[in-house]
Parts: sequence; C-alpha cells; structure tokens
Amino acid sequence: MNLLMTFIQKAIGQGVAILFGATGEIVTEKSGNLNLGIPGIMYMGGIAGLMGAFFYENGKENPNGFVGFLIAILCTLAASAFGGLIYSFLTITLRANQNVVGLSLTTFGVGFGNFFGGSISKLAGGVGQISVQTTAAAFRAKIPVLSEIPVLGDLLFSYGFLTYLSVVAAICMTWFLKRTRSGLNLRAVGESPATADAAGINVSRYKYIATVTGAAIAGLGGLYFVMEYLGGTWSNNGFGDRGWLAIALVILALWNPARAIWGSFLFGGLYILYIYLPGLSRATQELCKMLPYVVTIIVLIITSKRNKQENQPPASLGNAYFREER
Amino acid sequence: MEPVNAIELRGVTKRFGEVVANDNVSLAVRKGEILSILGENGSGKTTLMNMLSGIYFPDEGEIVVNGKTVTIRSPKDSFALGIGMIHQHFKLIPILTAAENIILGLPGKGRLNLKQIENEIRSLTEQYGFELDPTQKIYDMSVSQKQTVEIVKVLYRGADILILDEPTAVLTPQETEKLFAVLRNMRRAGKSIIIITHKLNEVLELSDRVAVLRKGKYIATVETAGATVESLTEMMVGEKVKLDINRTEPAGVEKRIEMRGVTCRNKEGLKVLKEASFTAYSGEILGVAGISGSGQKELLESIAGLQPIESGEILYDSPEGKTEKISSMKAEEIKELGIALSFVPEDRLGMGLVASMDLTDNMMIRSYKEGGHFFADRKAPKKLAEEIVDKLEVVTPGVETPVSRLSGGNVQKILVGREIAGNPTVLMVAYPVRGLDINSSYTIYNLLNEQKQKGVAVICVGEDLDVLLELCDKILVLNSGRIAGVVDARETTKEKLGLMMTGSGEEKQANE
Repeated sequence: MNLLMTFIQKAIGQGVAILFGATGEIVTEKSGNLNLGIPGIMYMGGIAGLMGAFFYENGKENPNGFVGFLIAILCTLAASAFGGLIYSFLTITLRANQNVVGLSLTTFGVGFGNFFGGSISKLAGGVGQISVQTTAAAFRAKIPVLSEIPVLGDLLFSYGFLTYLSVVAAICMTWFLKRTRSGLNLRAVGESPATADAAGINVSRYKYIATVTGAAIAGLGGLYFVMEYLGGTWSNNGFGDRGWLAIALVILALWNPARAIWGSFLFGGLYILYIYLPGLSRATQELCKMLPYVVTIIVLIITSKRNKQENQPPASLGNAYFREER
Repeated sequence: MEPVNAIELRGVTKRFGEVVANDNVSLAVRKGEILSILGENGSGKTTLMNMLSGIYFPDEGEIVVNGKTVTIRSPKDSFALGIGMIHQHFKLIPILTAAENIILGLPGKGRLNLKQIENEIRSLTEQYGFELDPTQKIYDMSVSQKQTVEIVKVLYRGADILILDEPTAVLTPQETEKLFAVLRNMRRAGKSIIIITHKLNEVLELSDRVAVLRKGKYIATVETAGATVESLTEMMVGEKVKLDINRTEPAGVEKRIEMRGVTCRNKEGLKVLKEASFTAYSGEILGVAGISGSGQKELLESIAGLQPIESGEILYDSPEGKTEKISSMKAEEIKELGIALSFVPEDRLGMGLVASMDLTDNMMIRSYKEGGHFFADRKAPKKLAEEIVDKLEVVTPGVETPVSRLSGGNVQKILVGREIAGNPTVLMVAYPVRGLDINSSYTIYNLLNEQKQKGVAVICVGEDLDVLLELCDKILVLNSGRIAGVVDARETTKEKLGLMMTGSGEEKQANE
C-alpha cells in the first residue's frame, strides 16, 4: 500500500514536466508548427529560472522565497518564449524547414542549459554546489491543512504550485481550443492556413502567438524539473529525454491537452516503473524504460486504424504558409 | 436612374513571373445584377476575382467599390467592403461543422455560443431557401452541401457582392437548378453576383450581362438578351468555332473488357459498387452517367487494378484474341496490356500529375521504364510534352514550367493528352472536360473520337448529360453503386437518363 502510494506520487512528479511540454507542443502544433525544439526550450526555461533565482539569492542578504519564486517564473517564461520566437521567426517569417529548425533548436537549447548550468556551478564553487534553497522551498511548498489529511492529502495535495498549474493549464488550453473564437481560428490555421487566410484570419499572427505561448508553457516544465523535482540545483543533461516524451505524449493525447493529463501520469509511471518492479536486471531495466514509447507506437497504430478525422494531426502540420504560392 | 456600379476595375494588371495573368483589365458590375465572366482556360478569370477577394494584390490599376477607390490587401479588407467569394476549390475545414466554418475568423465575443450562431444560420438559410444543417461536419457532406456552406458563409458575413467561381462544375442538373433559384432570390434582395462559368447555356439562362476575357485581356461586356452561344464563343476564342461533335458509327466492334458481378467496398466498409456487370467494346465510346459518388471512381479503378474487389471478376480480351483475367493482376501489369486510366479528380492534381515537377518530368512518370538504360531518356518525353502543348494549345511559358503554375484547365489538357499519347487499347477517362472551356472541351471530345476510330475501347465518365448523349455510343447508368442499365445513346433522352440515375431500385437492363 505504502509502496503503491509512493509510486503514484512519483509518477505524478515525473509526469508534470512532460505535461507542461505536451500542453505547449499541442498549442504550437494546433497552429501547424511542428516545434521539435520543445525539448531544448525546456532546458532553456529550466536554466533561466534557476539563474534568476541564483543571482537573486546570492545578491540579497535575506532572500524572500516568494520574490525568488516570481523571478524564477518570469525568467523561465522569458527564456522559453525567446526560444519560441527564434523558431517562429525562422519558420514563419523566413519559411525555413520546421524539422531542421526544431532539431537544431533542441541541440542549441540543451547546450545552452548545460553551458550556463556549468557556469553558475563554477560561480557557486563546484559541480552540484548550486543551491537556491529559499526559492526551491517556495516551489515545493505543499498546500497547508489539506495535505495533512491522511492518504487523500498525500495523494492529491502534497505537491507544489507548478503541479497544479500544469493541470490547470492543460484544462484551460482545452477549453480555449474548443470553446473560444480564437481557439477555433487557431485550429483552422493548423488545419488549412489558406482557408483561414481566406476567412480573414491573420495566419502569421496566430502562428507566432501560439508558438511563443506554447514554448513558454513548455519552459515551465523545465523549471518544474529544476525547482520542485531536483530542489533547486542543476545537473548536466539531467532533464534527459523527457522533452521527447512530451512530444510523444502529444500523439498519445490525440492533440487534446486535457487528455494529456492522465497520459502524462501514465508516462511518468511507465518512466519509473523499473525502479518499483522487483527482480529486474540492468538489461531488463532498459527494456522497461522503453514502455512509454511502446505505448505511443501502439496508440499511433490504433488511431491510424480507426481513421477518425478529428483524431488526426492538424492537416497542415509541418508546412510553411505562403499566400501567393500556387 | 443611371445604374450604380457595385464594383469597377480600372486597368488592372497582375503578373506571375513571366506569365501575365491579367493585362490592363477594366470592367464594371452593377448593383442588383448577375454578371457572368466568360473566358477560356488561363484567360485570367480566377486571378482577377482573387484580386477582388484579397488573395492576390494587383501590380497595376485600381479597384472602385461603390464609387470609392479602395485598396484590398487581404481577405479581411475584402469582407469589410462586402465582397464574398465562393472559390472553385472550397475553402472549408473538414473536421469542423458547418457553423464553425461559417463563423471562422469573424470578430465577436471571445466565448463561442454555438447554439445561438446555429440558430442565426438557420434563419438565414430559411430566408433564401437553402437546405443546411449547421451542426453537420464538412467531411460528411456532399459537394453541393459544401457549396451551400460556402455561400451561407459569405452571406452570414453580410456580403453584398458575391463572386462564384465555376459553381456548377460539380453539381447535378437538379442541384444546379436549386442554386440558380437561390441566386435569383439574392438578386431580388439587391445583391450583385459575379459568376465564372464555362457552361454557356447557364450564362444565357441566369445572367443579366456577360463580360468576356481572352488571354488575360478584357474584350467586352454584352447584354445577355442579345447574345447567343455562337456569338459568345466567338468573343471568347477570337474566331468562329465549329461546335459539334463528329460522332461516327462504331467500327471494328470487339469485346474488350467484361466485368462480371463486381462488388467493392470503400475505406469505411460501405459497398460502393454492387454486383456490377457490363461489357465494353472496342471502337465504341461507352459513357458512364450517374450522380457524383455513385461508384464511377470505383468502376474505373477496379478495371485499372487500383481498387481491390470483393467478389466478381474482370476479363480482358486482347486484340490478338487472348482472354485474360485482369481482376487478379497488379496495376502495373494491367497498364502493360494497354489499359490506360486518366482520372481527373476534383482537385485535378490529386492523381496523375506531380504539381511541383515540370511538364517533361510529368511525361516521364509514364515512360521512365522504357529503354532499360540506367539513365532515363529525357528527349522523348520532352518532345511529347511539346507536342501536347502544341496540339492542345496549352498556355504555358514552356515545358520546363512546374505544372502547379498552370491554370486548372491547362493541367487537365496535359493529363488527358499524356494518357492518349500512350496508344492504349482501352482508354478510361473521368470528367475529362471538368472546368475546361468550350474550345478545349471540343478538342478533348474530338481526341476521344479519334481514339474510338482507331479501335480503342473508350470509357468516359461524364457529368454533362447533353455531352454524353452527343459523344457516346452507349451510356451506362450508375445508381448508388448498381448499374441501372446500359442504353443506346442515339435513342435515349436526358430525362430517361435522369430517371435511371435517381430511380429507386428499378433495375432496367435495356439493350442488353
């Protein structure tokens, strides 16, 4: 029982970063931009938030947790939105190939994270010496009173602010896409920019806003990992391949952020399942780590068989739009 | 009172690279009239209208709407001026409902109240006499329903000037009648309507005035009352044209293709062809008539080996007297027997041509295997491309131009021309003249007739019953996947065909 409880908590903990990434990527893809730079952008978001908090705490005598919290979030949003802006400028304005831009952005973002991670490690006095305790504590603060409830408190109320934000963001984005005019227009842009253009929608603006917003949301996943998961420190390549899992989750969730919520917890669970399965050798552990991807492939097969039009990727995903092209 | 002009174009010019699509065009549309715009393929009708709807921006000239000079930079500017365009290829998003497509891009409250919008749409459709369910998804709709959505879309936006680009190209006669009734209702309500069409009968029936374009240049605008099919054709083409199909008696009739009880299912598992049996003979043109989506595509594709069949068999009797069962062969082997399929789908480029490749390369798609060398032969296809351009009067800067740069009708000429050039024994064409102007249409009809005289078995799926009656020797009528009968084209009438196309369950086997 206790073990199961821990497993669920850890699974949710693993899922949050993936959920932010997936929500951001879904918003981006709904505009027809396949941003494979999301894994890199999550690194950028993570390190920017950490740097913000680090310089604040080091420069102040008695750092305030709440101020550090705000600074970290703002730095993350700015850096990851900047990543999205680079991507948008190259693919929307200059109409560069989306896959190439996305992949190079990921390479760039991972390097960006590791470089500055290393730099502030040096400033802090060595590898693993970075510590932003006050800010991290603010991120890790549990909900008072409610988290005291036995079982239920541990299961539902024992997480930091970003965990709840990830779920709220996913639900809000689903609502936005389905129930608002702008959401409808955005979906139209991703399905057929020519149609949207003919209907008077400013295609470039929608693509820019969706891609930058999506990147900012995804960046919060990186911040979550650095602050709440690691507790305010940096380890090179520590974020691993969670960014790619986020992109796989987009497919699993069939481009619906609300569906990504349970999907992220499922992925989180599968991601750490090998720790909780007794009697695994090193080799079988590695096989076990494949599970999230296996699930994604199975979902891909099932959805392609079902052939329901609503469950397909946005029809013009990956294509640049140029009005006078014939 | 002097009639007011809703739109006036003054000296408008638009170029695409070296191609001048519109050259100094000036014309006017009055308030409350239906103006037809006529012109051959590539004469720049669609480009001209795209400038009014904000898709393209004119290089020179000015546009005057309701007496004011305006600049239309984007579709939004165009809506603001009350101009609504219904494109030839519908601009609709399949996964959205009719209502969602209609309100796309409109300003309004951030939160969507679809119920209220749907009710507004219902009252609008009742006013003009449309039939439309606002909650239906576009991918579930027929072509004519989609067109209705497009028209309601521009009306919902409060358009006073409607531009329709070849609206009847994909409609049945009954649907066309309905559309015309709606358009007349709109004219009565004071709206101006511009309609681009190739069907001269429709021009004469519907419009008040006709404007004619030729090779990008404006020729004249005439009152419809004083015009005839001949006079309009002459204006369009610039010279007198003979408009009759020279139908010869079938010669050297032999059994060529025999289909026995073929049943096919589509992707969704629905039967689209039910127990179809017929015989096609050499030296004859067999027309295929039916409401669109009655199994025409599957009928041709099953012969070409592109459509798996569930039961039944298809036999091919070669001119040498050999009988082969082609229903179990691969598409490639069937092609080697000399069975050619030229299918012109709704989007023309969907099957058969590669949009980004030039004319020569598109010829090579058919012939690259010939010769057996490691290097492909480019000379023969280039010569063929030049021949087709020359013979079918394709408007293109050269054979090195990507197909996507050509206008729809020219693309089609290349597709049909290439299939005929392969010297087939069986030639199947679907909608060979869809969207083609009158002159090119007759060129294609005569090409088919030439093939027939050479002893080719021609199967032609068509939508214009008048043409099928004039062109074909026999007409096979499809009715929701069943063959309703094969009739003699020289003896039957349009009305009889119409009844067979729609009649319920009656299976006539006339003349068999």
